[in-house]
Amino acid sequence: MDKVVNDFSIIVGTKNGSGSSTANTTILRAIFKMGIPVSGKNLFPSNIQGLPTWYTIRASKDGFLARREEQEIVVAINPDSFTRDLASVAPGGAFYYADDIKQPITRADIAMYPMPIKQIVRGDPSIPNDFRDLVGNMVYVGTLAQMIGIDLETIHAALSFHFKGKQKPVDMNFNMVKAGAEWAKANLEKKDPFYLEHMDKTDGLIMADGNTAAAIGSIFGGAQFVSWYPITPASSLAEAMNDYFPMLRKREDGKYTYAVMQAEDELAAIGMAVGAGWSGLRAMTSTSGPGLSLMTEFAGLAYYAEVPLVVWDIQRIGPSTGLPTRTSQADLTFANAIGHGDSETIIILPGNINECFDFGWQAFDLAERLQTPVFVLSDLDMGMNQWMSRPFEYPDKPMDRGKVLWEKDLEELKGNWGRYVDKDGDGIPYRTIPGNKHPLSSYFTRGTGHDEQARYTEDNVVFQRNMERLKKKFVTAKEYLPKSVTHMTEGAKIGVIGYGSTEAAINEARVQLEKEHGIKTSFMRVRATPFTHDVDDFVHAHEVIYVVEMNRDGQLHKLLTLAYPEAAMNLKSVAFGDGMPASAKWVREGILAKANGAHPVPTSAIARNEPSNGSKGAN
Amino acid sequence: MSQLPMAGAPANVNLVGLAKHDYRGNPTTLCQGCGHNSISNQIISALYELSVLPEDVLKFSGIGCSSKSPTYFMNRSFGFNSLHGRMPSIATGGLFGDHTLKGVAVSGDGDTASIGMGQFKHIMRRNVNMVYIIENNGVYGLTKGQFSATAERGLQLKKQGTNPYMPIDLCMEAVISNATFIARSFAGNPKQVKELIKAAYSHEGIAILDIISPCVTFNNNEDSHYSYPWGKEHEAPLHDITYVPPRNEIMLEEEMKAGEIREVAMHDGSIVVLKNLEKHHDPTDRFEALRILEEAQRNNWLITGLIYISPDRPTLADIYQLVDTPLNRLTEVDLRPAPDIIDKVNALMF
Repeated sequence: MDKVVNDFSIIVGTKNGSGSSTANTTILRAIFKMGIPVSGKNLFPSNIQGLPTWYTIRASKDGFLARREEQEIVVAINPDSFTRDLASVAPGGAFYYADDIKQPITRADIAMYPMPIKQIVRGDPSIPNDFRDLVGNMVYVGTLAQMIGIDLETIHAALSFHFKGKQKPVDMNFNMVKAGAEWAKANLEKKDPFYLEHMDKTDGLIMADGNTAAAIGSIFGGAQFVSWYPITPASSLAEAMNDYFPMLRKREDGKYTYAVMQAEDELAAIGMAVGAGWSGLRAMTSTSGPGLSLMTEFAGLAYYAEVPLVVWDIQRIGPSTGLPTRTSQADLTFANAIGHGDSETIIILPGNINECFDFGWQAFDLAERLQTPVFVLSDLDMGMNQWMSRPFEYPDKPMDRGKVLWEKDLEELKGNWGRYVDKDGDGIPYRTIPGNKHPLSSYFTRGTGHDEQARYTEDNVVFQRNMERLKKKFVTAKEYLPKSVTHMTEGAKIGVIGYGSTEAAINEARVQLEKEHGIKTSFMRVRATPFTHDVDDFVHAHEVIYVVEMNRDGQLHKLLTLAYPEAAMNLKSVAFGDGMPASAKWVREGILAKANGAHPVPTSAIARNEPSNGSKGAN
Repeated sequence: MSQLPMAGAPANVNLVGLAKHDYRGNPTTLCQGCGHNSISNQIISALYELSVLPEDVLKFSGIGCSSKSPTYFMNRSFGFNSLHGRMPSIATGGLFGDHTLKGVAVSGDGDTASIGMGQFKHIMRRNVNMVYIIENNGVYGLTKGQFSATAERGLQLKKQGTNPYMPIDLCMEAVISNATFIARSFAGNPKQVKELIKAAYSHEGIAILDIISPCVTFNNNEDSHYSYPWGKEHEAPLHDITYVPPRNEIMLEEEMKAGEIREVAMHDGSIVVLKNLEKHHDPTDRFEALRILEEAQRNNWLITGLIYISPDRPTLADIYQLVDTPLNRLTEVDLRPAPDIIDKVNALMF
């Protein structure tokens, strides 16, 4: 049997709330520490305790880190999902399971490894009863470590990190890892080919989740006011701001340069952010689909009254409450046209952890420069899962506070200014900020029709003139927005366009398409709407363009079709939304199906449906 | 109440050297005789007499007739006419920009008691430093005469028939929600309105002023609780109220008799002097505040005056312990962590 080294996937099936996430991230981090490119994705239910949950880990010596639909190693700890977990092991794979689960073993084509987890835990009398189930998860960590070759030292490092160096929990957990490893060494015979070996491919990299990166990036952007309402999967962004603000913005006088406010709902969360943005603060809110729906009316007001603020939408799959704990890219057309009447939106689309950080600070510059809400669309997969990443980089530009007139500016202008006057011809007016003591500084902000001096008017000509200026502002915006990321392939006539967290899956699929099907493609990852000029060039440079995204209706495809009607026939939608992170398999099959004129419905290998027990989902 | 000018200053200017016209707004577009116009005028007088710098005031409103009125006073103040029922959140965020500023907000019974009930309750709970005036007439004017949530049961309106529901008492809601200043007045009693606005402005924290402000067009039938005739007949003031600003000791010469007078010291050193009428009401007693509101309901009284005050509760800005410099005057040096911090952050990641 040939060894398969550093190129396989593991999935662990446990019960939600059983403490397994510590065990699973420990495995992930240990593999990362071994220098092996790795990704981890938590496929969790909307539930506090009891429902099945899975954690997938992919090790890839070649650096392909998208979700895979096959798994060579399956760890089954949850009796409720045991049958499905057993069925999901790839032929020739390995199945580790808690030996107290008494269910029929129906596979003969895989290696079976029963683990006496309860017995091993009971063997350590130092573990308090309350901790047995939690710590018991470390038995499978140790067993796996022994059987596939995870370095125990890296496991220790991961545990020390997780428990912030606290000796007692580190020891308690690590002892159980060792117990699991020792038991496996003495009792299990290796019958599968999957091994991990040290590499150097993660040197200089960090691991972080997108919400933490966004929070820290926002703080480096000078965030001053954060109002939010709890919602999965966005809560951890605002919570990370609470965690990092005190350290990053510490002052000797003990006073604060920022405020984080948990609002009573999303209406108030964005309302407060609009108020703070209006009064000159770098203001933001974070939410997910249902919250974004509630924020609609304020988004329209901020667009029309031209108030800067930043809205992070960590997308989960809708419509309505949808699947609160599953990922998606289905808020794009909604965010693009949010609000009634003619309105436009600045949307920026981070595609990895570094961009979550960078867009954290850049979003404020854009909002203040353009005096409009900036929506940052991340997703659950990027926001909540741990990803390998380059270290965060310090902002390479000073803050852009936009066109603001303070007292001395108004003195120079002899008070001659108007809030909505297009003085520079770029559609962006000047603004003053409350607290300005110049007697001519004030203006009256309103969502009703207004003239250049911000006075109420119902004059049709004035109204239309203002709307045209707003349109011009959004043309100007293109100069400031992040350009796309492009991978051009010599001689490729086929283009692929995607955005956000799907790049890993798309790039892996592109390699497969070229290798296995001889299809050469170029790739563009769009990072903003309205579309920057490089998107024009890419669309017109290719005969066929597949637009790949995680939603049902092909939302980016729709926007591209509207923006480039002359190329509409060349734009093909490869869209699929089932709440799972994109895999190379569905990207590849989707493109091939579309190329053959079929409707692309890639299939997941195993449907991971929750049992229907009527439990109420977390919101 | 007239204010004595400083020596040497022109007679028509206040302590900050401004004339009354510096506090005016645009001409009103509300109906002739609308109670809201009277309230706008009292805001102008009160802030002029208090010598408030207009640039130190932020005006807020939601949507509706009442919410139009910030256009009709204090043109030199920044203002935000926001969304229906969402004024409190705009104000809460807006006042973080510069904690030295004070909010003066105008809302209506639809804007506050119907669509805005949630935000109304939460801004009180947070004790935002703002005067929150509700121009309460029990009816929707701009959409031409529908019932609001404060309309009394049995009220008859032309196109709507008879209101079958119990009304919301905004002062009672305010007591329950731990507002720190609660008063009720009647637009037909301009002197009391002005004194209450002055006291409310001096209060540090949220000051709720529920002002019955008749709608002359849609709800001014004699038997409506929100009409001029009814208000004049049923108004039962708790006390005469006089507001004494901190720097104007000379006002204490007013002829107040011992035993009839209760003084409430405000946080800024000013004093609200309450001269009792027939009832002795202690406005620092929350239990008593609820009791008199209940009593008034049972007896069909429109009680007016200062119902409750708790002068020392920390405001929202106090709770957040903000730096002395207004947040919106901070620059990159204060807001962006130093370059070496990025390495520390990266070291904190795995």
